[in-house]
Amino acid sequence: MNTSIDYLAVVPDVAGQGPISAWGLLRLRQQLERGLPLTVRPYQTLAEQTGLTEQEVMSAIDQWQAQGLIKRLGLVVKHRTLGYTANAMVVWNVPDRWVTSVGEAVAGAPFVTLCYQRPRRLPDWPYNLFCMIHGVDRNRVLSQIDSLIADKHLEDFPHAVLFSTRAYRQRGGRYVSHD
Amino acid sequence: MRLDSTDKQLINLYQRDLPVCERPYLEMSRQLGISEGEVIDRLQVLQSDQVVSRVGPVFEHRRAGASLLAAIAAPEEQMDLVAARINRAPGVNHNYAREHTYNLWFVMTAPDEDTLDERLDELEHQLRLPMLRLPMIEGYHIDLGFDIDWEALP
Repeated sequence: MNTSIDYLAVVPDVAGQGPISAWGLLRLRQQLERGLPLTVRPYQTLAEQTGLTEQEVMSAIDQWQAQGLIKRLGLVVKHRTLGYTANAMVVWNVPDRWVTSVGEAVAGAPFVTLCYQRPRRLPDWPYNLFCMIHGVDRNRVLSQIDSLIADKHLEDFPHAVLFSTRAYRQRGGRYVSHD
Repeated sequence: MRLDSTDKQLINLYQRDLPVCERPYLEMSRQLGISEGEVIDRLQVLQSDQVVSRVGPVFEHRRAGASLLAAIAAPEEQMDLVAARINRAPGVNHNYAREHTYNLWFVMTAPDEDTLDERLDELEHQLRLPMLRLPMIEGYHIDLGFDIDWEALP
């Protein structure tokens, strides 16, 4: 597991203009966690908020995307508002030697939106493979789970389905900014 | 939630690859055949209607800082109270009720692992309830920017 914090280490620089202020970049990270301003020149607005230039802001975002610190830049949809109210976390207990191959297989199903391995916490929590299905209808999600089990031959692995019943909070991660 | 075809197209086209240029909303407006001002207005409405939580980057959390999925087994009649306490802890960005003995599932983020552990210790101490800490070991697929299936929506 990678636990390094590289918001200061990932310091892009504008070609030919030398490095960008590390503090400016940290402020930019903090601002970006709240989203892009809805102004005619949002990167200029961010520049004014962070003490960087508009060009530095755009270069930093481009490089963060290229480096994978930013996974995607765009609209972050609240699926629940749209009607994706049947959200199931499906968990399996898969023997460790198979968990990666099973995880990759489950991740390939088109309706699986997240899939990862986490530790068991025995005796309370025997499950080590997690996947998420964001669906519109509970019965449809249940039949998708049935087909997943059949298609990927998961019949022998104990599993549980945890539908969410209420969202008490849903927002983007704030790693470097404050609540 | 009633969205017209332009809103849907805006969502279809721009869950990723939002332009990085001086006037990104102008570039988007050309794709959509509307004015720059209308793009901005529509984004504002989508945000205030909670269809879109923000326009912006999704950070790769394993590189952006520390984050952890945790679950609490709260007595059924105290769920709202416990959920509110969890939300008051610093760095909680997701918190859902789920159908299980461990009925509150939340994600906490922090600048680093030590801070995260301290915050979770503090919360566990306050709540005096069993807590599962479930760090990610390996991700096989993590992308909530999937195409919206408009036909299937109510």
